[in-house]
Amino acid sequence: MLFRMDNTMQTPSPEQLEVYMKQYHDWVGGIAAQNKFSGGTGLSTEGRVLLPNNVVTDGPFAEIKEAIAGFITIKAKDFDEAVNLAKGCPMLKGEGNSVEVRKISGRHNKED
Amino acid sequence: MESVALIPHLFRTEYSKIVTVLASRFGFDEIEIAEDIASETFFTAAQTWGINGVPPNATAWLYSVAKNKAKNYLQRDNLFANKITAELKSAASDETMEIDLSSQNINDSQLQMMFVVCHPAISPESQIALSLRILCGFGIEEIADAFLTSKENINKRLFRAKEKLREVKIKIEFPLHAEMDSRLSAVLTTIYLLFNEGYYSVSQNKTVRKELCLEAMRLCTMLVENKTTNKPQVNALLALMCFHASRFDARVDDEGELILYEDQDINLWNTGLINKGACFLNFASAGNNLSKYHLEAGIAYWNTRKADTNEKWEHILQLYNHLLQVAYSPIAALNRTYALSKAHSKQEAIIEAEKLNLIGNPFYFVLLGELYTGIDREKAETNFKTALSLSKTDANRTAIQKKINKL
Repeated sequence: MLFRMDNTMQTPSPEQLEVYMKQYHDWVGGIAAQNKFSGGTGLSTEGRVLLPNNVVTDGPFAEIKEAIAGFITIKAKDFDEAVNLAKGCPMLKGEGNSVEVRKISGRHNKED
Repeated sequence: MESVALIPHLFRTEYSKIVTVLASRFGFDEIEIAEDIASETFFTAAQTWGINGVPPNATAWLYSVAKNKAKNYLQRDNLFANKITAELKSAASDETMEIDLSSQNINDSQLQMMFVVCHPAISPESQIALSLRILCGFGIEEIADAFLTSKENINKRLFRAKEKLREVKIKIEFPLHAEMDSRLSAVLTTIYLLFNEGYYSVSQNKTVRKELCLEAMRLCTMLVENKTTNKPQVNALLALMCFHASRFDARVDDEGELILYEDQDINLWNTGLINKGACFLNFASAGNNLSKYHLEAGIAYWNTRKADTNEKWEHILQLYNHLLQVAYSPIAALNRTYALSKAHSKQEAIIEAEKLNLIGNPFYFVLLGELYTGIDREKAETNFKTALSLSKTDANRTAIQKKINKL
């Protein structure tokens, strides 16, 4: 599941953030309780974007409102189940946010 | 003159020390020799002390006898080797025959043996059995009783485990720095399993169960007291065990029945242990790594605060949220849902609980029964009855029946 946030919306206040964090953790906790959680990765708000012809700018994409905030990996037997799990994501309460559900097609893991 | 009845406890602690020092000296291949020498020492002690009484410095007496028996063995071994090899061994000076039973060497040997015994090459049950035998000096019968199995099974298990360790040519030494964390992880898992055996054990013998817990804590303390192994996660595990152990006396009544948390007499909670746990939890906060033991210790800490505050349950909920991501277990999932019911509402928890679908697990139905209590009497009763049919111990069945009666 990829989480996209609308950067043009006002940043929430610290208290709001705390509430969102708790809601998010409760939601992920619920998935983990069903033994369907595989891992989560948050992404920094700053970054770099590389374009053709050796162009490097500060990123993420400023033109696109929906920047990827992070992603988690879950275990579901099909898209329907994954969508069902995603429905509980508190981010969906915010205008302009979205949760994208994709299937992992292949994994390349470094061998220990 | 002290009574001979004091011996068993002494034998247990000293057995382990003597075996590990001798095994370090002879090499793991000869572990049975080490065990034999230790056993013979105690046999001699039992005979002699039975007649002459316990000597003033019993430990020194034991060590002296053990050393002599070991020296005899080494000399016989040397003679034997000399007959086979043409070259003369360099003068078997008294020093190479010396067995070092100083407290430093005892400590080092025991720590090194911990890594040997908790080796991933052998199964978890074998690791625990070997730990109990070699590190804790438990008798075969006691181990059999703790596992509710026969002496023959335990003997087989120990024999096979030792064979396996010989196969992988195990050495009695500290792991290399690069391997320390992963080997330590195996040791901590075994200690944790050992503790759980005592805490949740099916065995009726209350004394043995408590001793299993205490042994686990003793081994963990040894790790904490040694610079090489004193890591945050070790402190976290020790904190966790202290918190759990603090309620040991309040958990089970004299008839062996389980007393639920809500009904426990706080006066029987051991505040000394709770404080110790808090201390170790503090030490555990050093460093950057958050292990599952940290999270469990945090939860256990909150459980030592009996007051039913929202703050407590919110903290516990968040800790379980995290714990489930790091290390899922059905029990954690159930406990998390219970915490959810206390922090938010029963209705919300019921929705989450239904998603868990842990059919076959009696505690799942106990949780559902709890959640439906006060909301839907019929559903509460059905769930409790299902739990009853799946329950494995008398203590659990009695506790569940009480809940049904209360409806």
